Amino acid sequence: MQPMALPPKATFPLSLLLLLPLLLLSLVLATSTQQEEFSEELLLKPLPDRKILAHFHFQNEAPLDADSFARHHHLFPKSISQLVQKFHIKAMELSFTQGRWNYERWGGFDPISSHNAKPPGVELWAVFDVPPHQVDASWKNLTHSLSGLFCASINFLESSTTYSAPEWTFQSALGSLRYGTLPREAVCTENLTPWLKLLPCRDKAGLSSLMDRPSIYRSFYHSQQLHLTMSSAASDGSRSGIILQQTLTVVLQPDDQNADMNHVSKAKVQPSWSLSSIFGRKISGRCVLAKLSNVYLHADRGLVAQLENLHKNTTQFANNDTGPEDYRVNSGFKLSVTPKRMHTELGKGSSILYEYPIKDYKDTEQFDLGLSWEHPIVWSSPHAPFYASRFLMGSGNERGAIAISLKSTEMTQGLVTNNIEERCKLQVNVLQVVPWYVKVYYHTLQLLVDERPRVLTDFVERMRVLPSEDKVSPGMMELVLQFPCEMKSAVLSIEFDKGFLHIDEYPPDANQGFDIPSAIISFPDLNAGLQFYDKSQSKSPLLSKLQEKSPVLSYTEVLLVPLTTPDFSMPYNVITITCTVFALYFGSLLNVLRRRVGEEERLLKNKDASKAVFLRRILNKLSAKLRGRPLESTSSPSSSSSSSSSSSFVSPKLILRVLLVAGIAIAWQYYSQ
Amino acid sequence: MTKKKKVPWFWTWVIGSVVFRLILLYFPKNLNLSSRPEVSTPLTSIRRLAEGYWLKQSSVSPYAGSMYHGSPLLLTLLGPLTVKRIEGQPDHLLCGLVFVIADVVSAMLICAAGEKLQVAYSSSLQLLGLRDLSENSERLPSGDFAALVYLWNPFTIVACVGLSTSAIENLMVVLSLYGACSRLAPLAAFGWVMATHLSLYPAILIIPVILLLGYGPDAPPRKLFCQKNRLEVGNSSSSDSYSEEKAKNQLKVANVFSWRPVVSFLLWTLLWSSYILVLCSIYVQQYGGLQELFKRTYGFILTIQDLSPNIGVLWYFFAEVFDFFRNFFLIVFHGNILLMLAPLALRLNHRPCFLAFVYIAISSMLKSYPSVGDSALYLGLLGLFAYELKDMQFSFFLLSGYVGVSLLSPVMHNLWIWRGTGNANFYFATAITYACFQVRYLYSF
Repeated sequence: MQPMALPPKATFPLSLLLLLPLLLLSLVLATSTQQEEFSEELLLKPLPDRKILAHFHFQNEAPLDADSFARHHHLFPKSISQLVQKFHIKAMELSFTQGRWNYERWGGFDPISSHNAKPPGVELWAVFDVPPHQVDASWKNLTHSLSGLFCASINFLESSTTYSAPEWTFQSALGSLRYGTLPREAVCTENLTPWLKLLPCRDKAGLSSLMDRPSIYRSFYHSQQLHLTMSSAASDGSRSGIILQQTLTVVLQPDDQNADMNHVSKAKVQPSWSLSSIFGRKISGRCVLAKLSNVYLHADRGLVAQLENLHKNTTQFANNDTGPEDYRVNSGFKLSVTPKRMHTELGKGSSILYEYPIKDYKDTEQFDLGLSWEHPIVWSSPHAPFYASRFLMGSGNERGAIAISLKSTEMTQGLVTNNIEERCKLQVNVLQVVPWYVKVYYHTLQLLVDERPRVLTDFVERMRVLPSEDKVSPGMMELVLQFPCEMKSAVLSIEFDKGFLHIDEYPPDANQGFDIPSAIISFPDLNAGLQFYDKSQSKSPLLSKLQEKSPVLSYTEVLLVPLTTPDFSMPYNVITITCTVFALYFGSLLNVLRRRVGEEERLLKNKDASKAVFLRRILNKLSAKLRGRPLESTSSPSSSSSSSSSSSFVSPKLILRVLLVAGIAIAWQYYSQ
Repeated sequence: MTKKKKVPWFWTWVIGSVVFRLILLYFPKNLNLSSRPEVSTPLTSIRRLAEGYWLKQSSVSPYAGSMYHGSPLLLTLLGPLTVKRIEGQPDHLLCGLVFVIADVVSAMLICAAGEKLQVAYSSSLQLLGLRDLSENSERLPSGDFAALVYLWNPFTIVACVGLSTSAIENLMVVLSLYGACSRLAPLAAFGWVMATHLSLYPAILIIPVILLLGYGPDAPPRKLFCQKNRLEVGNSSSSDSYSEEKAKNQLKVANVFSWRPVVSFLLWTLLWSSYILVLCSIYVQQYGGLQELFKRTYGFILTIQDLSPNIGVLWYFFAEVFDFFRNFFLIVFHGNILLMLAPLALRLNHRPCFLAFVYIAISSMLKSYPSVGDSALYLGLLGLFAYELKDMQFSFFLLSGYVGVSLLSPVMHNLWIWRGTGNANFYFATAITYACFQVRYLYSF
């Protein structure tokens, strides 16, 4: 057999060598029609509380073919395209998050906070392009695949108690959307490494080489995301390609560099930073496979407004013009590298985006953007109309209440002054998913508006409730509320009973408590997107993402509910003691039944002791009356005869009953075997 | 013979109990009784009923989710009352009034059934020729006594004020027993069908009800008649034949199992149950039909899915038992109830009322979600058998046991659930003790 197999083995590489140019040619021809594109971008943004937001955005596009199982991808990760093909995914978003986005300080009304501020742990939603009855099966398979792909316990989302099908909060994909979260999931480098593997350059070159693990995991907030969408051809709207967006959002605290260079010796000045100081690395060139490789610096509306104020106040200040045109802005801070381009948002008091294409920097010259503040500036990020927070009420382990409170921010005051003439209404969507062991009484839903209890129907426009089913499905509540803009605060509260689980259903650290996933508060009327002037010339995916119209979304805190635990140590004791009680019941009842049969006479005598005396007396009287003379002797034969008759009466019945009991016992024995 | 001899101040006591209940109902937040595990089980909780009604109103199936497991008829009856408010009154007042009325009606029915029993007792004594005895002995008005025990039993009061629907289940059980005692087949059938529909376990009462309809209320064992007959025959051999004839006739009357009321009972049962099924199917038509309903009510009762604590022992048992034994133990525990039916029926067939009482006690001890409302029923019925009470051993021990357990159980529950200092085992221990006392209590008859 071996020599026989040799000739084909020898010829195969030869033929392959011959065919290789042809193959390559065909591939080039094939891909020339539809290009796979990859772009890498980094957005840096100083945050009001002396922190830096770094937002990496990698976008990978691939055309979608019918037979793409056999397809070769240049840049696009094959595992993802297989996933899409196999499970017919229309859209999907997977995020791994550690830390909590601080909506109050870091803003809640911009694209980054709406898209990239995620609840702690793992969040996954997916829209499938399959018939409704197959959606659940696809979801289960998808969770398992992702779990393997990202080294995370996403497979826990397979159980029907963990996912739900919201309809109004995400895209309106009727019935084919599934949403699940794992609040307890710990996120670590083992999740980041497979995520980086999906990038063509991994973290060897380009912007991703900045991802120094210690500095990323030291961050205050860290969220890595994978977002899959289908790009549709403009002509017919059919699916033409897959767009994979991988983002990593990190909030870092730069080391204070002001200490040594204190020409403005004020503690209030924001810390200056550079890429090398926050990541410990510099960008040493772009990823050559990337079509686009940009770094952006974003100054948000609040900061720009403050800078303008500062400029007005200190016109005499000598501005060292590092920026190409806009001297006003740079009076507040100094950039170490001159930006190539500047994008300004439409409207007054708008944010500014500085663009640095990495392409311009040679391999020898390392790109290290630095920002040093010259004046103390205090500003605030734009906020969502309401701060949403959620808390638990009540004590003890029997019942409690969940309260979602919405507090208006300066943003709603702006709305009120804008539309003073017509009655301004603000739509708020609330999605609350509760696990089944938190048994929510939906009829106890209460709404307090401006600290006064109000009738729910005045504010609730639509409501969708799927009550939880024990060990089958979680409870889900979707609310569409309409609040007047001048409202100061609103509190939604709902009562629940804490469930009791089977001993096997408790996690190993049962006394830590159970997590209730974040509620999602969205404002569909408002648009979080930014509008920049030069739309035409920028083909940057990050910019188009920022400009995308999207609702403002915010997540509330994860709640920790302590549940009562049974005693884990002694199940055998409980089983044996309970069985003993049942045996006691059974045995004693049987005993009573049996003994009464056996002691029929004595019992009858006992029972009728009083009666028998009467009986005898009456009989005596009767007989005395009948016979006309007192006769004592009759009583003894009568009693003896009665006893004998009763005993003879009983004995066959006794046998019958014993037989019956024995029969039951045998049947029982047979059955329990 | 049938002169009405009431317990002195009977009506005063009845009114007193009603007033007491109303006063308790007026307390704010209902004294939190409606969420006590002793009072409201997943089957009888008024909050769950309100949730079911709310779901129904928002056009979701009331059985969606695992909140409500009761009857749809109860939902239509009590549901609107859970939402209705009277200005300035406690929220739950209307519901509370329904339960107070249910309690009073069941007490009245117990009282009437007691009178029937008493009449039957004295007539059977007459038959035995113990006229003197029946006239001479001081008769305790056991019906009134039982009614007062039922009304003033702390368990009943707590269950009523805690708005547990077990008051209505009890009413149906008592209605069925009363109907059977007074040989009103339609009434007995209605009570039995409703009670079975509401909580499934009263299904076993069909045996005593049939016996009651067939034989009439409790009588001394037929052996006694035989015995007496023989005695009489033996004694009056020399006497005139007339008295002998009479005795034989009387014996026949006492012993014969009359089929007519039983057949009519079965027919009425058929009628009522089909009626209720039709009503239910109309109600749950859009939500999966009767199959879903049975799964959600009877299935829930039989499979013990809810493991929240109650005064029984099964919740903790099934929280701890290994999953692969679960089905086995479910069968064993429910089999335990059924197993004793036939022997007890054979043993006590001459006293169907007492048989019914024993059945109620057994089922309230072994049922999957017991509450104090169930105990209230059998403790109330106990009053009907005041004569047995006289012979009862360890009655003081049992009474103090009941008192002790009912005081300790809330303490242990508080330690475990609210303070977090105790352990589930403490509470379970009180439940075990309670079960033991119930066993002992049963055993003492």
